[in-house]
Amino acid sequence: MAEQQILEGAMAVAHAVSRCRPEVVAAYPITPQTHISEELSQIVADGDLDAEFVKVESEFGAASVILGASAAGARAYTATSSQGLLLMSEVLWNIAGMRLPVVLACANRSLSAPLSIWCDHQDAEAIRDCGIIQFYAEDNQEACDQHLIAYKVAEDRRVLLPAMVNLDGFLLTHVFEPTIIPDQAKADQYLPPYEAAMKLDVNDPATFGAFTEPDKCMEGRWMVHDACRRSLPVIEEASADFEKIFGRPSGGLLEEYHTDDADIILVAKGSLCGTIKDVVDVMRGEGTKVGLMRIKTYRPWPNEAVLRCLKNAKHVAVIERGASFGAGGVMTPEIKETLFDAGLAIPVSGYCVQLGGREVPPDGIREIVDRAAKGEKQTAYEYFRLKTEILPDLVPGA
Amino acid sequence: MSKKLLSTEKLSIGCVAPPGESLQNKTGAWRSMRPVFKQEACIGCRACELACPEGCVFGDPKKKQFDFDPDYCKGCGICANECPVDDIDMVMEEK
Repeated sequence: MAEQQILEGAMAVAHAVSRCRPEVVAAYPITPQTHISEELSQIVADGDLDAEFVKVESEFGAASVILGASAAGARAYTATSSQGLLLMSEVLWNIAGMRLPVVLACANRSLSAPLSIWCDHQDAEAIRDCGIIQFYAEDNQEACDQHLIAYKVAEDRRVLLPAMVNLDGFLLTHVFEPTIIPDQAKADQYLPPYEAAMKLDVNDPATFGAFTEPDKCMEGRWMVHDACRRSLPVIEEASADFEKIFGRPSGGLLEEYHTDDADIILVAKGSLCGTIKDVVDVMRGEGTKVGLMRIKTYRPWPNEAVLRCLKNAKHVAVIERGASFGAGGVMTPEIKETLFDAGLAIPVSGYCVQLGGREVPPDGIREIVDRAAKGEKQTAYEYFRLKTEILPDLVPGA
Repeated sequence: MSKKLLSTEKLSIGCVAPPGESLQNKTGAWRSMRPVFKQEACIGCRACELACPEGCVFGDPKKKQFDFDPDYCKGCGICANECPVDDIDMVMEEK
C-alpha cells in the first residue's frame, strides 16, 4: 500500500506522471506549471525514469516534440499554463486531428492582458473545441490520479485522442496536501506499455493528418468529434478500473454532491468546488436544499449525466472562472443547451466569479444560492461583484 | 504500419496517408487564370518549368514545346511572367 505523503501539488503530479512511464517529455517553463516539468527533469536526470527529456525553446516546440514522439509510437507528456497553452494551440489541434494520445497538464492560469499569473480557466477553455479530452481536478490527489486515467482513456483504441488534466494554478500546484503517489507495480498493471495503432516508420513511410479535399474534410473533422463522444463510456470504465486497482474512487464524469433532492444545484469545476461544498454543508444544515454538480470531465461534454443530475432542480446556478467576451459564459450556455434540448425550462443563472485569481469567499457562494432561492431571474451572464468603482471612463475622452 | 489501417478509398483514423496519395488531390480547382502556352516563340529555355512553384509545367526543350497540368496549376502566372520571349499568355479561366 502506497503511503500518503505531504507533497506540493506540482511535485506530486510530476511523480504521478513518472509512474505512467512516459518515454518522451518535452516542456518549457511557465508559472505556475514550472515545478511539474522541473521535477520531471530531475526524475529523468536521477535515472528514475527512462525517458528522453527534451529541452525546447518554447511551448510551440514542446507540443511539436510530443506530437512527433507520439507519432513515432512513444508515450509522450508535456505540461504548461496560460500563454504557453495558447502558444501550443496550433499544434494541439493537429495532435487531436492526427489522433495522437498524448497527455498534458495545464496548471490553469489567466490569459494576458492584463498580465496575471493567477488562476482562472480561460486558458483551457480557449482550446475547448480542438478535440482534447479535458479533466478538471478538485485536489492534488485527483490531479495525480487523472493523469493515469488520462493515458488509459487517450490510448484506448476506441478513443485515440489527446487528454489534458487541468489543475488550478497555485491553488493546487503550489499547495501542500496529503497525497498518495500511485504505486509503480499497480500503475504498470493499470497502464501497460503503449502500443501505437499507427506510427511513423522510415521503412514504411506515411503522412499523418494528410490533406483532404472539401468532399472529405468534414468527415475527417467529424471523426475527432465522434472519438471524443465515444470516450465518455471509456472514461467511466477507466475510472472504475482505477478504483479496482488503487482502491480509491477517482476520475469519472461528474461528482454529484447532495444533488439528489436539491432544489438549487450549483455547477462548477476545479478547486473552487471545495469552497462550494463547505457552503453546501452549512446551508444544508440551515435547511436549504442546495447541492453541487462538479464537472470532472468537461470535454467530452457529459450531456446525459448532466441532464440526469439537473433534471429535477428548480434553479441551476453555474459558477465559472471563465467568460466569452461579447457573449456570456462558457459552461453556462452548455448547461442551458443540455436542459433546453431536453425540453426543460429550469432557470439557469451564470456567474463569472473571478478572473485572474481573486479569492471567492464562501459568502459569495452563499449570495448566489440566496438569489436563486428568491427566484431571482437573471437576464445576462453576470460578472460577480465587479468593482465598478475602479473602472475608468469607459469611452476615453467622451 | 499496418496496411489495413490505410486506404486510398476511405479516410483513415488520423487521416494517415500512404506515400504518393497527394497525387489524388487535384489542387487546381481554385484557379481563376490559366496559362496558354502559345508555342510560337519558345526557345526551350525551361524557365517556365523551373519557375513553376507547383512543378506542374512540363515539356521538351528540344522540341520547344511546353504545357501545364491543369489538375494542379493554381494559375499564379509565374511561368508567363518569367518567359523571356512572352510565349505564355494568362487568360481568364471560364467554365
